[in-house]
Amino acid sequence: MGFFKEFPLETQRITMPEDSNGDATPRRQLESGITLLKRYLIQDVIGVGGMGSVYRARDLHFPNVVKLVAVKEMINTAPDPLIRQTIVQNFEREANLLATLNHHSIPRIYDYFTEENRSYLVIEYIHGKDLEAIISGNDGFLTEEQVLTWGIELCEVLSFLHNHKPDPIIFRDMKPSNVMIDHNGEVKLVDFGIAKTFQFGQKGTMIGTEGYSPPEQYRGEATPLADLYALGATLHHALSRRDPRMEPPFSFEERPIRKINPGVTAEVDAVVTRSLQYNPEDRFQTAAEMKDALLAAAHKTGILSKVTTTISQANGIKPLWKFKCEDEIRSTPLYYQNTLFTGCYDNNLYAINAGNGEFLWKYPSEGGIVSKPVAFDDNIYFGSEDHRLHVVGARSGKVVWTYYTNGPVRSSVRIAEGHAFLGSDDKYLHAVNLNSGRAAWKFETSDPIRSTPFVANELVYVGNEIGDFLTIDFRGELKWRFRAKRAITSSPVIDKQLVLFSSLDGTLYALDHRNGFVVWRFRLGKGSISSPCVVDDIVFVGAADGFIYAVEARTSKELWRFRTDHQVTSSPAVYKDSLYCGSVDGYLYCLEYRTGRLRWKFGTEGQIIGSPLVYDDIVYVGSTDNQVYALLA
Amino acid sequence: MEFFRKLFGGQVVKEVDTATTAPLTDQQIQSILHGTKAQFDLQQLVAASGQSVGKQRELNEDSLLALTATLAGNSGSLPFGIYIVADGMGGHQFGEVASNVAIRIVAGHIIRKFQSYLFSIKPSPPDESLQEIMQTAVRDAQKIIQTEAPSSGTTLTAALVLGQQVTIAHVGDSRAYHIYPDGRVEVVTRDHSLVKRLEELGHISPAEAENYPHRNVLYRALGQGEILEADVFTVSFPQAGYLMLCSDGLWGVVADQDMLKIIREAPSLQRACQNLVEAANTAGGPDNISVIIAQMIG
Repeated sequence: MGFFKEFPLETQRITMPEDSNGDATPRRQLESGITLLKRYLIQDVIGVGGMGSVYRARDLHFPNVVKLVAVKEMINTAPDPLIRQTIVQNFEREANLLATLNHHSIPRIYDYFTEENRSYLVIEYIHGKDLEAIISGNDGFLTEEQVLTWGIELCEVLSFLHNHKPDPIIFRDMKPSNVMIDHNGEVKLVDFGIAKTFQFGQKGTMIGTEGYSPPEQYRGEATPLADLYALGATLHHALSRRDPRMEPPFSFEERPIRKINPGVTAEVDAVVTRSLQYNPEDRFQTAAEMKDALLAAAHKTGILSKVTTTISQANGIKPLWKFKCEDEIRSTPLYYQNTLFTGCYDNNLYAINAGNGEFLWKYPSEGGIVSKPVAFDDNIYFGSEDHRLHVVGARSGKVVWTYYTNGPVRSSVRIAEGHAFLGSDDKYLHAVNLNSGRAAWKFETSDPIRSTPFVANELVYVGNEIGDFLTIDFRGELKWRFRAKRAITSSPVIDKQLVLFSSLDGTLYALDHRNGFVVWRFRLGKGSISSPCVVDDIVFVGAADGFIYAVEARTSKELWRFRTDHQVTSSPAVYKDSLYCGSVDGYLYCLEYRTGRLRWKFGTEGQIIGSPLVYDDIVYVGSTDNQVYALLA
Repeated sequence: MEFFRKLFGGQVVKEVDTATTAPLTDQQIQSILHGTKAQFDLQQLVAASGQSVGKQRELNEDSLLALTATLAGNSGSLPFGIYIVADGMGGHQFGEVASNVAIRIVAGHIIRKFQSYLFSIKPSPPDESLQEIMQTAVRDAQKIIQTEAPSSGTTLTAALVLGQQVTIAHVGDSRAYHIYPDGRVEVVTRDHSLVKRLEELGHISPAEAENYPHRNVLYRALGQGEILEADVFTVSFPQAGYLMLCSDGLWGVVADQDMLKIIREAPSLQRACQNLVEAANTAGGPDNISVIIAQMIG
């Protein structure tokens, strides 16, 4: 075959500085229209694996009906002819064995053959989706009932394989992508260990599918108990939506299912946990035993007969006080010297006694107030849709000075270095000298600025409504610029090296604060105007898809997401070990910030658009039901 | 002074006067001078590397790549560097091909993404994030290794330095370190080895880990598995310190504190690399040795 001579050339070819492997003809996929053995007409590629592709083909032996088959291709890339031959022999031996298996959860094997360096397996075509696609295609959790049903069927088919005579058959590769759910909702186990013969691993570098395999399989032992561990891992993935391939091996204990998905019953959790024990002797000893345990859990909790109940949080939480304004509250309150300040759509800034909710004073502007007030030197600063920045005495409620822009002010004020920085719908970023009440400079952008500027490193960071993110130095000169695909209404925050903000383009961005390079991007389900908050290297943000997200700042990995029933425009606030965030569904949510688990939620009579504020164990939040609430945190 | 006298009764000052310190070696003085003199206007990245087949292997299955660029002008300077160490495995099954593919494909991918930023008249930053670029680079390398050197695998520790940030893509048990002059030696990557995992879980003790029979078993390697999840993360460049990448041929045989000592005492980065390789060989050189050290000056 001349492989030994050819190989050095191969080596040289790759050392050339080019990445195109388009000329690697031996790996090319079959094109549709090609017929194999004059019988199988290739229609389409339905999957690609490490060994080759899987095709949908029509069996031409049945001219009057369209009989579809799946053709799995395995390309023999072993350079050594002897090894190549052994591989083909192993393949044929296993194919013969599999062809004798008769079980409703195992697809039929119709045929196999080898052409040049490719071997093919012709299998029953399954109309359906694999479990991995089902898990990732679903925004929320699969129902426990559903997963349990599949788990029981998988136990049955594993039991069938493990009891095969004369020798038990070990599946070796149990994982969601090898479980198909057909159009009747029935489970099919696909991709038998047969493909494994094509991976002639040496030195035991890697064995099995990382993440789903038990410890002993990494040492090269494939046993029935290893299949059961992998089934447990599969169920864990299906119930928790946490892909074990993204986590270190044997770390399921660190991700208890019920912490991630409180909807799962303790009984089912216990069965999965037992199947994932580190020591084989602590697990179920047979598939039948595991099936019985799953059945028992199902009966005990009654989940097989009725639909799972969703979290029904008794709304037992009573506010410490509430205060009613004359119109909607869309902004975030401020706590300053035992006083709560909140802007309102009735044009007023209210000062309320933070201890008992008593009215202290109100100050009328001439437009709605959606910005968050800021305190500095006993004065309260806030913008209003009347185009002005208002500065009001914190005790007196009397105006100290005002500053005019040429458009409604929806951005909140940032005070730093003797200046107030704020954006306006007049498209300018304003730097206002606190002593004179006059503009030190104005920086013109192309669109309204509703994002609140962030000031650090002698730079001002802000986004605008076209999606520009700008960094301006204290002289009012542009330092660097970045463009998102849609508006940046969210307010940036800087944590260590990163400046973080979300955009209506559905992305949470992390940029190098020095030069604007995108360090990472995290995809949100929908656009976002919620401002991120960072605690313990975790970034929290809400989005219009109704989720509150927690993302690791270093790696941009999602830690958890929590679903509310409407858009989340509110920005999360973290206090002690809880995260507080409002949703347009009207609730204020209190979550455990490390896990995203719901602690409690409190319903208002309107929508929560602004953000909660937590101070001294009390959380304050406004709602479009015109009220501000004070709750025990 | 009045204040101190009140506090210490005037005695302490005398004691300090009489105290003596051990004389510094020439090398220490050199390195101190080296550190304090470096008041460059131009901030720049410098790097050196070292490699050896070791004393017990015939083949060198390690590959390394170090690329350092400085572009400075009116708009300031932006240090840019790509540093990669890959340790191939698979014996006659082309471990060296895998590691070679890994370094070239990954670096090539990064360079192409930065082509416009580095070399065009109107520079534009890449469309993708730094972490996405590293992810796709690893994915590319994974694909190509699977076709070009099937059944082999390689570790990969790749660092992209841009400004003050280091974005790292990591698979396997090569390592990236932050080494500080104050004596801190921090491993910033996490070994994807079975033995490390078992140690993390407390199933075996560090002492048992030393003699564990499956020390060479990785649970993640480039070229292996369908889904490859590389660790990709961004950290700050170690201020006043060193970024070091190396294969297990170095860290497996030379203790952290010895590495620190060698780096501290070497008159230059190049010599530090040479001496590290030598130390590994003196300790038996059981495996291929690769090391890259980078430092930010200015």
